[in-house]
Amino acid sequence: MRQLQVSAIKDGTVIDHIDSKSTFKVASILNIHEEGKLVLVGMNLSSRRLGKKGIIKIEGKVLTQEEVNKIALIAPNATLNIIKDFEAVEKRPVSLPEELIGVVKCFNPNCISNHERIPTRLKVVKKTPVRLRCHYCERVMEGEDIELL
Amino acid sequence: MVNLKNKDIISIRDFTIEEILYILNMARDMEEHSYPDLLKGKVLATLFFEPSTRTRMSFESAMKLLGGEVISFAEPGATSMSKGESLKDAIKIIEGYSDIIVLRHFLEGAPRLAADTISIPVINAGDGTNQHPTQTFLDLYTILRAKGSLEGLSVGFLGDLKYGRTVHSLTYALAHFPCQMFFVSHPSLRMPVDQLEELKERGVKYSEHDSFEEISHRLDVLYCTRIQQERFADPVEYEKVKGTYRLSKGLIEGLKVKPDFKILHPLPRVDEMDDSLDETPYAVYFQQAKSGIPVRKALLAAVLGAKE
Repeated sequence: MRQLQVSAIKDGTVIDHIDSKSTFKVASILNIHEEGKLVLVGMNLSSRRLGKKGIIKIEGKVLTQEEVNKIALIAPNATLNIIKDFEAVEKRPVSLPEELIGVVKCFNPNCISNHERIPTRLKVVKKTPVRLRCHYCERVMEGEDIELL
Repeated sequence: MVNLKNKDIISIRDFTIEEILYILNMARDMEEHSYPDLLKGKVLATLFFEPSTRTRMSFESAMKLLGGEVISFAEPGATSMSKGESLKDAIKIIEGYSDIIVLRHFLEGAPRLAADTISIPVINAGDGTNQHPTQTFLDLYTILRAKGSLEGLSVGFLGDLKYGRTVHSLTYALAHFPCQMFFVSHPSLRMPVDQLEELKERGVKYSEHDSFEEISHRLDVLYCTRIQQERFADPVEYEKVKGTYRLSKGLIEGLKVKPDFKILHPLPRVDEMDDSLDETPYAVYFQQAKSGIPVRKALLAAVLGAKE
């Protein structure tokens, strides 16, 4: 039997294949430090696909669509495993929807979405590398410009 | 069958080639015929949160020539928004007073928000550095009138290609036809990378140049723009690039331009185009400014469902 580098959880979610450098970013957006759940984090684990990968296992956690969207932005290669009684009952890659609502701040200070009380709306024009176009000001952002709300 | 009734005119990106041609055909009809009662009983509210004389007067004139009424506020400072009211609230109130709204705003995306908020049509008359779609329609109309077709033209763009929203919108629209594009600018005012990538993805052939002279003989049309001082945060940067290009009758006549070569400019000009050009057969920029009326008449009539 294969020795697990990060212990198994009974029920919950495993976020695997996180680009290693982004592991703590993913952890921070999931607010896990405030929820009091059992969390196991692994970093710099060897991965055939990524070289080095990160993994986060959260006992009793079901991710919201908004959380999945945020993970897809930070760690586009990540996979989600839903665990029930130590078994992975569902496994799927994260993927970006066509539009992100209320997830990313528009980087244009002159955009109306930074001045009115409205949710931001960013259309996904390209998935790899991620490129977003603001529904309002039509500016395109990518890389460092993409800031989560 | 194209039907633009109740369509908002926010961005040239929202229009298919069929819809663009439909508007241009209707503009031609508006230029050739008068329809003094077409919009009788309709009220246009012009909301200009940023100063503009020409676009506003052109819309007001177009509405009145079609028999409609125009309402507006005296100045943005006199509105409830200066008391902190949101644009969303303000626009909902004004919706009750009018059949159509023309909005110019210094914040980019304000017209899109307005259009998402209310059910009557909203026309964007310029939002910051983003879009000015009615200008694009009149640019296309001018090219169509001058050249007889928009298909397969070689079009040069000269001046401020970085901040010039009219350039970005016109390149997007011309990519439908498709046209070959030549971008001539100071290195610091090149077309934004994302705009170029999009043109590439849409299969447009383009090239970038420092010198107008090296490509002048290949052009059917030149779209010249002003270098806008207000877009430069640093006055030193502006001083470096202003006056980089100066077109004159002597310069154009000394080059081997095509006999039916045409020059457009959204105006106002500063020193990029000499007055001596005005009398040449190449200059169509005053016709371009005049095209604002038939084009805006067509847009008002189309979205109000008054004409098919």
